[in-house]
Amino acid sequence: MQAFPPRRTTSTITSLELRGITKRFPGVIANDTVNLSVHGGEIHALLGENGAGKSTLMKILYGLYQPDAGEVRINDQPVTISSPQDAIARGIGMIHQHFMLVPSLTVAENIALGLRSSRGLRLDLDRVSAEVQRLAELYGLRVDPKASIWQLSVGEQQRVEILKALYRGAELLVLDEPTAVITPQEVDDLFAMLRQMRTEGRALIFISHKLREVIALSDRVSVLRDGRLVGTFATAGKSRSDLARLMVGREVVAARADNSHPTEHAGSVALELHGISAQSDRNTPALHGVTLQVRAGEILGLAGVSGNGQRELAEVIAGLRPTSAGTIKLAGKELMGNPAERANAGISYIPEERMRDGAVLEFSVAENLILRNHTEAPFARGPLLDRSAVDQAGRDLIQRFNIKTPGPHTPLKSLSGGNIQKVIMARELSREPAVLVAAQPTRGVDIGATAAIHQLLIELRQRGGAILLISEDLDEILALADRIAVIHAGNIAAILPHAEATPERLGLLMAGVASEVT
Amino acid sequence: MFGQITYRQEKKKRYYAGCATVLGESKSMRLSLTSPSRGTWRLWRAIALDACMPLLAVVVALCLGALVLLGLGKDPILAYGAMFGGAFGTVSGLTQTLAKATPLILVGLGVTIAFRARVINIGAEGQIIVGALGATAFALSFAEWPGWFLLPLTALMGALAGGLWGLVPGILKARLAVNEILSTVMMNAIAFQLMNFLLRGPMLDPAQVAAGTNIPQSAALPAQVWIERVVPRTLFHWGFFLALALAIAVTILLWRTTLGYRIRAVGFNPAAARYAGIPVATVITLAMVLGGSFAGLAGAIEVMGVHRRIVEGISGGYGFNGIVVALFGRLHPLGVIPSAFLFGGLLVGADQMQRTVQVPAALITALNGLVVLMVVSSTYWSQQRIARRQSEAARPSETHAKDEQPLDARLTPDL
Repeated sequence: MQAFPPRRTTSTITSLELRGITKRFPGVIANDTVNLSVHGGEIHALLGENGAGKSTLMKILYGLYQPDAGEVRINDQPVTISSPQDAIARGIGMIHQHFMLVPSLTVAENIALGLRSSRGLRLDLDRVSAEVQRLAELYGLRVDPKASIWQLSVGEQQRVEILKALYRGAELLVLDEPTAVITPQEVDDLFAMLRQMRTEGRALIFISHKLREVIALSDRVSVLRDGRLVGTFATAGKSRSDLARLMVGREVVAARADNSHPTEHAGSVALELHGISAQSDRNTPALHGVTLQVRAGEILGLAGVSGNGQRELAEVIAGLRPTSAGTIKLAGKELMGNPAERANAGISYIPEERMRDGAVLEFSVAENLILRNHTEAPFARGPLLDRSAVDQAGRDLIQRFNIKTPGPHTPLKSLSGGNIQKVIMARELSREPAVLVAAQPTRGVDIGATAAIHQLLIELRQRGGAILLISEDLDEILALADRIAVIHAGNIAAILPHAEATPERLGLLMAGVASEVT
Repeated sequence: MFGQITYRQEKKKRYYAGCATVLGESKSMRLSLTSPSRGTWRLWRAIALDACMPLLAVVVALCLGALVLLGLGKDPILAYGAMFGGAFGTVSGLTQTLAKATPLILVGLGVTIAFRARVINIGAEGQIIVGALGATAFALSFAEWPGWFLLPLTALMGALAGGLWGLVPGILKARLAVNEILSTVMMNAIAFQLMNFLLRGPMLDPAQVAAGTNIPQSAALPAQVWIERVVPRTLFHWGFFLALALAIAVTILLWRTTLGYRIRAVGFNPAAARYAGIPVATVITLAMVLGGSFAGLAGAIEVMGVHRRIVEGISGGYGFNGIVVALFGRLHPLGVIPSAFLFGGLLVGADQMQRTVQVPAALITALNGLVVLMVVSSTYWSQQRIARRQSEAARPSETHAKDEQPLDARLTPDL
């Protein structure tokens, strides 16, 4: 019992049960009578596509939402969890995808934040530091309690979040897609730590839609689909395609070796960046002399951990962010001007935050499809908008890009995430761009739409388009890109041909281990 | 307990309970809902209910007002009878209502345009004043020009002045991100003091100076720019029909022109508009200028049609009531028309009510506030209803996934 931190407020959680949980939101039933049971000493994976209801279920468990029906039972006793404070007091900890840390404070200060000091009004940070140090050593978490959060890498910040939960006495830890933001090497460390917690008898809920990780880590897996529980299964004996079928609800074709990387297709240089520097939104340097080329008929993958300058790079190319140095050339001619002029020159851009930047959710599908070219014929006749031309174009694109919508007049917000992305793709691709910048094109998109989006990118490449594919998903980059550039801290760490890029090597580059560059 | 009532039953119960409390539904109506055509009929009823929502809000507000009247020891039926009779029941009342509806429509249209670009124009009051000042100064300066030329130009000059008054907060917001609520309120104060100065000095009626009375008003406009009265010896003038035509024009502007498309895109999602290459700052400024010019036009028309000169208090609270009118009209140019008619009526009826049951006309102002609260909360309520309808539709069907193509694993690397 030495392993437990001093502020433990509950006895161990031997079992947690969610019974008949139902939660509705405007337009969706996020959870429909979901049952889930988790024991101490197991890693329980919660698997489902985006929008399947995983996060909602966990937010109910953590007291962020109240269920419309159903109950939560801990150790066979019904409990009401009305707030995160409640959940913490009952020994439930949660590691969010987006960390809840104060950047300017130290690790120890962040962990002490919101806790009562043992010395009345005076802080007892020394004691917290000592305890954090002890916990960190116990789990092999290399974290300096006196370091400020802003100095830490994303992986280290995640460790601080886990320490914070352990310090508060978490007996049941929920991890919401913990591997989405860290490098492959950090994933290994994380898994080792989670396994150690399992042996101590803690219960762990691991949310993911990455099948490989689920199989590698979990003891049991519960699959959610469309807000309902498909079932809970022992992970042993389940193959990836088994799980994929459960998750998607239909047959999945067996994997085939991918050999479609004909770099010889690549033609002349379409997009050329030379020595590009730019600042972030906070006016700190975000890009330091980025130089790269994308050829016609080529997909250049840009791999990197989130927040290393990818967004700034994409916005610089699209004309949404000023550069402080460097030149951008499109087919040999310098690219200048505002976003509209660059779009007309042949640049298309699929922004990372598609709901915020990519589309007007309140507009209809057809209205969204003309967002780029509403002032051009045939949509504009002088100052007037030709509604029938807009509708006609809408119907054409809906059919051509296989967008699932009741019609062109349906408000975009009532479509699924994948179909919203297809609308954006249709808008950007129907212009037949010379260069497409696609930032995280499949993040948060279901598997079916992901396949369709990848197909569209490949088709554009075959038609001779140059594509800069920015993604945090290494598997996606390895499947699609002809060459792979790795960005770290605003620098291009390396550009590798597909044949030389292995996940391990890319992972090291993403982590900024520059000595590995050859 | 949760085991006994299934989710579906519970939802059905809540749905009907919600409807019944609103409509006072009879039992037979509820039975008819289970007929085969139930889906369509429910949809139509839902649409009708959403359309009636603002009226429902007025009714609720009036009921609350009735409680206040009862608290004051007055008979609410008598009071409301006097109010509606006074506003809509007589020719003189009705013409007054229409006369007040005219500036309300114009201001409401201006507020609507700005709102559609997500610019909150609180400055209509000041824009009315400068519109009236501009129109008056122009007409008096060129008093010898023929009416067919001077009259439209005078109205245009009012719109121009109002537009200029909207341009300042528009640029401040678009370029420097200055909050438009603050800047338009400040512009109101400036316009107000400008009028005070002009009507006590440069623009003061020479006849007032000669008589030594010095009532702060301008000289009468040349007769050729007077807008004719529709009904003689009332205040109801032809400007009302101009306002109606402009409501249609604004509808076309917002939904049938590229500018309107841009205004709506910027209003719904400025980030996406910027990403798509729409010059957001320009569109915001333009929406504010358009909003200001409609309020300025309201000032000019008020001068030309009602007072025939600028008098102190020309804005008459139309600038603020116009915001209420626009909200009540659901920020739709055509919705503004009935909305302005109703609020014009409330303003006229308030005086009648005051005379009949001796309650302060200020109660009507309070009622206006109540109506706004009700409209806002009814919007919330109908959104909830829509959400409930959608979640019914969003329920995944069993056959949903089966007819789709199998996935190609090459393209889904995670498999």
